[in-house]
Amino acid sequence: MIGGPQGSGINSVAENFAKACVRGGLHVFANIEYHSNIKGEHSYYRLRIESREPRSHVDWVDLLVALDKETMFGDLNKAHPTHRGHRHEVSPGGGIVYDSSFKLSPESFGRDDIKLFPVPYMDLLIDALKEFGKDRELSKYQVMVNTIALGASLGLVDYDFDMAAESIKEGFTGRKAALGDLNVRAARRGYDYAKKTFGEDAFPIRLRKQPLGSKRMMVRGVQSIAIAKLKAGCGFQTYYPITPATDESEYLESHQQDYNLIVVQAEDEISAINMATGAAHAGLRSSTSTSGPGFSLMAEGLGWAGITEAPGPVIILWQRAGPATGLPTRTEQADLRFALHAAHGEFPRIIVAPGDVVECFYDTFDAFNYAERYQVPVIVLADKFMASTFKDVPLFNTDGMKVDRGDLLQESDLAKNPDYRRYRWTDLGISPRAIPGQKGGIFWTTGDEHDEYGHITEAAEIRVKMMNKRMRKIELASQVIPDSKKATLHGPRSAPTTLIGWGSTKGAILDGMEDLKADGIETNFLQIRYVNPFPTTYVQQILSMAKRKVAVENNYSAQMAGLIRERTGIAVDNKVVKFDGRPFSQNEVYEGIKDVLRNGVGEVTVSHA
Amino acid sequence: MLELKNYRTQVHNDWCPGCGDFGIVNAVQMTLLEMQLEPHRIAVFSGIGCSGKTPHFVNAYGFHTLHGRVLPIATGAKLANPSLTVIAVGGDGDGLGIGAGHFVNTGRRNLDFTYVMHDNGVYGLTKGQASPTLPKGLKTKSMPAPSIVEAVNPIAMAVASGYTFVARSYALDVRHLKQTLRAAIEHRGSAFVDVLQTCPTYNDINTKEWYAGDDLPSKAPRLYKMEETGYNGIVADPNVREEVSSKKGTALLKSFEWGDKIPIGVFFKMEVATFEDQLAQRMPALKEKPFVEHEIYNRDITPLLNELT
Repeated sequence: MIGGPQGSGINSVAENFAKACVRGGLHVFANIEYHSNIKGEHSYYRLRIESREPRSHVDWVDLLVALDKETMFGDLNKAHPTHRGHRHEVSPGGGIVYDSSFKLSPESFGRDDIKLFPVPYMDLLIDALKEFGKDRELSKYQVMVNTIALGASLGLVDYDFDMAAESIKEGFTGRKAALGDLNVRAARRGYDYAKKTFGEDAFPIRLRKQPLGSKRMMVRGVQSIAIAKLKAGCGFQTYYPITPATDESEYLESHQQDYNLIVVQAEDEISAINMATGAAHAGLRSSTSTSGPGFSLMAEGLGWAGITEAPGPVIILWQRAGPATGLPTRTEQADLRFALHAAHGEFPRIIVAPGDVVECFYDTFDAFNYAERYQVPVIVLADKFMASTFKDVPLFNTDGMKVDRGDLLQESDLAKNPDYRRYRWTDLGISPRAIPGQKGGIFWTTGDEHDEYGHITEAAEIRVKMMNKRMRKIELASQVIPDSKKATLHGPRSAPTTLIGWGSTKGAILDGMEDLKADGIETNFLQIRYVNPFPTTYVQQILSMAKRKVAVENNYSAQMAGLIRERTGIAVDNKVVKFDGRPFSQNEVYEGIKDVLRNGVGEVTVSHA
Repeated sequence: MLELKNYRTQVHNDWCPGCGDFGIVNAVQMTLLEMQLEPHRIAVFSGIGCSGKTPHFVNAYGFHTLHGRVLPIATGAKLANPSLTVIAVGGDGDGLGIGAGHFVNTGRRNLDFTYVMHDNGVYGLTKGQASPTLPKGLKTKSMPAPSIVEAVNPIAMAVASGYTFVARSYALDVRHLKQTLRAAIEHRGSAFVDVLQTCPTYNDINTKEWYAGDDLPSKAPRLYKMEETGYNGIVADPNVREEVSSKKGTALLKSFEWGDKIPIGVFFKMEVATFEDQLAQRMPALKEKPFVEHEIYNRDITPLLNELT
């Protein structure tokens, strides 16, 4: 773990370290916690590096790299303290790298079971700068102490320095290339210092390169989704700046020239969703991306997309802890019910909740196909944890991924049918669509109830027919989308305990299950991926066989458990919930389930503050 | 040769007899006819309220949107397909009350489209409440008490927001309206037309007779054409900052003329790069044809994946 004040460059340290490890055949699961603040508040990046693939993080730290005192001791000296630092999270035998200029006595750490590695960050940086004749510009370069710390930690774990040097250099291209060399030197100074001062065997954990399997990449949740959008032929993305969604739009905008995609920063999320719906009606695959506060504003527009049977947009809802501003930079899975019911009235919508950064890619791609196939808005439920998850995965395999534009008419089709009706009654409920500009395709569309032509009507009979027509589409989607996409049972079918989860808790549940197994507790895990259309029969089937059913959710009320009861009549037996704004760790899943099974606690709330 | 009937639908019109909306929809249709624009190349967008029904009466792609949201939806469609002629219509409450944020920000973008505001000072369909353009102190027929808030000045708002064509016309002067609409549609950039309009059912103050000046000692019509008095709001060289600000200032000043004399005509006009032009600068493919016509469904993402290795 590396921690420091926001603006101190912990991201680049963590990401360079991660990259170097993955290139050396290791596997990394990383995620960041930060404050709603630009500079100064405490943030930390957790890197879990293993020889086999980790899918979650844990709540202990083997090596803590501190760029400031707060990372170790918290902010208890402040008038309104918020945390006690990470010193207590260091595992016995673990170590802390920190700035020797803090002049901390070993006693001040209050522990004798950890190793301390004080490093003179600034002196080493000055030495590195001198080599480049830049030591007079120290103030300009002092942020580079992060690279000294990176180097020192690499030295302690005795990792291949050249691999790291390569990652560092890549961050500086073109005119900044010289800066890359400077950073590599700084890292080297830290690396050598650690080795020389603390000795080769100072730290028990060594990172060793492994033979590389197939090519892997390091991807963040926001990138998975953005890349899926490009693959799916999205031509229009709107957004209003909001944490943690904006990174996705910025990624798209930075690649727009290569992929021909319009990105519009709208005046608010009301505008963002309505622009996207306008573009979808006009024939361009479109999307918008937001978080809870923005989605609240989108409710009205969602209804318009629904009643007008717009072929989209695809809405990415990066959930964060609410309500209102809540914990703006922290995670939560509390918008499941909201996504399902947002906007007044009843209309079909598809909601998918990918469980990891790979599913983010495939589910988002499908979302565009379904939006056009069923002419409905599609919501992809992700969250802040997923957005900031940084993980090594195989390169996305795009074989067989096909764009399906649904019943989209060409001018030649329209020429054959002079009486085009945008909302023509059909058995399946889907009316073939024209797009503005096409000859013979003129249609009207309205948020009022309407007839087949799209003209306003208040006729009771047409209202009933139109409602049935629209709602039929979700029934159709329910039949066509296979159960294998909608839900997955992980682990042995016969396990006596079934954990139930959805979205970003997948990794922690899977890893936690292994700890439970090692403890003699066999479980399986029902991962619900489609919130709507809901895999009712499948879930019924699995849960009716389960002896004990435990919901594991990153919210207060276990919303999915409620939805399962509503759809299947089956009540879960227990809940393990977390709503402190932080994601579930592997050990929290383990501890929570153990509390339920061994200690008989019915509803467990976990938090590792 | 397209005829008027090519721009009309058979949809039953339920506006009140004598409603100013008739004048506006007729002028829209006659303008499109005069320009001989093919109906399937036109998209008409509306907000909610009486004016919201407008698209249903025009034979063109029609989008009856949400209250206040006409501009975002029209923006999305126009960007998806810039080759369409996009006309948005909406009431003054729609555009300056519930949709005021969109009014301002759409102006900033300078999209190539036309926004026609049906400006009658009341919320008609909800039975006559004061709208944002009703002057302070006035009480129309169904209001329980006079308005105690200032009116918004749509022309000043438009100029300040960045619309590059700002004009005012009158629903019952179809000739002037037609001429103004045509200039607005032909303008490359965001065109805003404030159409003064009577609401014979709820606005018993700004009536046809009031606009005709029947209550004035002079009996002279209140509306007069600015251009006939030598007013010129057209920016000759948009690169000359002084000229732009001076023309905007003059337009703002003019826009506050209200009472016995009310100016109509073009307050401000300037041709600069549109939002679409600027996007095309970034993405030259947009110059060839709109993205909606591009084959963007088989993109190669391999370079993006390699960037992450």
